[in-house]
Amino acid sequence: MGAFIGLFRRDLRLAVRQGGDTGLVLGFFVLAVVLFPLAVGPEPAVLQRIGAGIVWVAALLAALLSLDRLFEADYQDGGLDLIALSSLPLELAVLAKCAAHWVATGLPLALISPFLALLVDLDPAAISVLSLSLLIGTPALSLIGSVGAALSLGARRQGVVLSILVLPLYISPLVFGAGAVEASVAGLGARAYLLILAALSLAALAFCPWASAAALRQALE
Amino acid sequence: MINWLASPARFTRISAKALPWCGWASAAVLAVGLYWSLVVAPPDYQQGDTVRIMFIHVPAAWMALNVYLFVAVASAVALVWRHPLAEVAARAAAPIGAAFTFVCLATGSLWGRPMWGTWWVWDARLTSVLILFFLYLGYIALVNAFDDPARGGKAGSVLALVGVVNLPIIKFSVDWWNTLHQPASVMRIGGPKIDVSMLAPLLIMAAGFSLLFLTLLMLRMRTILNERKAVALRLNIGAPPEQRRARERAVPAHPGVG
Repeated sequence: MGAFIGLFRRDLRLAVRQGGDTGLVLGFFVLAVVLFPLAVGPEPAVLQRIGAGIVWVAALLAALLSLDRLFEADYQDGGLDLIALSSLPLELAVLAKCAAHWVATGLPLALISPFLALLVDLDPAAISVLSLSLLIGTPALSLIGSVGAALSLGARRQGVVLSILVLPLYISPLVFGAGAVEASVAGLGARAYLLILAALSLAALAFCPWASAAALRQALE
Repeated sequence: MINWLASPARFTRISAKALPWCGWASAAVLAVGLYWSLVVAPPDYQQGDTVRIMFIHVPAAWMALNVYLFVAVASAVALVWRHPLAEVAARAAAPIGAAFTFVCLATGSLWGRPMWGTWWVWDARLTSVLILFFLYLGYIALVNAFDDPARGGKAGSVLALVGVVNLPIIKFSVDWWNTLHQPASVMRIGGPKIDVSMLAPLLIMAAGFSLLFLTLLMLRMRTILNERKAVALRLNIGAPPEQRRARERAVPAHPGVG
């Protein structure tokens, strides 16, 4: 347990100290969301219709950009070998790293989403659903992304390969997360969508550390 | 049995003999199937002759799903038993499966335009098959993304197993969601709902596609094995003469190309 918390705190400290990884991710998030109203025109009706989708896709891309930081630095300087050799099971080490990644990127994304909802003219009643859906869905993004990051360790063009691997798997949280907001705007109630989103996050929690650890073992051989 | 099949040299010998048979058999079965589908089978009472796209679309879809299952099983065998040919088989099968998926999507789109009035619709079945196509492409990208092919094979094996979760989603998508794509007519509890005059050519085309898959699989596996031998020989050129001769003796000459 001590090793788990130690690894979690180490990764969090690195994320904060190593030049504001959080800041870069949030900056990209805001910029990506700002691009859409400039592209489709400021008409409120159009923006309201696609606003939830825009925020969710931007969150997806922002999460994707921060993923190569998850294992790559430790892989390059040998820290990953030490983590694998320690008494902490590799699956729990992956979980600790994903948790730190989520606190440094996913959680801030969910917290500033109400401000971005204003940029895309989202229905005020739906803003809380948007934040809640991001809060529930971003752990799944960190976990599924960790599988892609572990698989593409040491690959040529790691960033592009990572994106191709992870984006098809990101489609399920995207559909249910954006769908939750759409449903609440339409007055149908977002409960079912949010529950399925939670199920996806829990399934990712159960499955992804195991898959990532297997991929890391292959990379470290 | 698995151990007996593990030798690449034995596979090369057996496939050299089996390949022509498989090739001609698949050509013959496909010829019979195509004639039966396009000429003999009756036109649909609602769709007329357009229904004949089904005889390519449906077997291609079956192959797309089953080849991914093959890739996943081969990957599991490669990971668990370190079987040397399993990883080669998975790597060989993936582009064939991607091609079948593309044929399924393209023929489906061509069929949908006259029948549904649209080239594409974002319902559960079409979306999940599109995701399958991207999973194939991701697998191919990953196994080719490493300088060391063994590393690529291992990473790809894990990815193939992660993507298996998509297969039940595709199969049951027409039951779990309200889709434009029709529900299952052949592989369902209660037996096929389709008349035997159409079921027969459908099954013959499926058999023909399966034989085609086996032919292409053997061709690609032989090519991959030859490629590895070529790389090994090429890497040997800089070695001192005694070592080079010893290593070249270890790489057996194979009877003829492909």
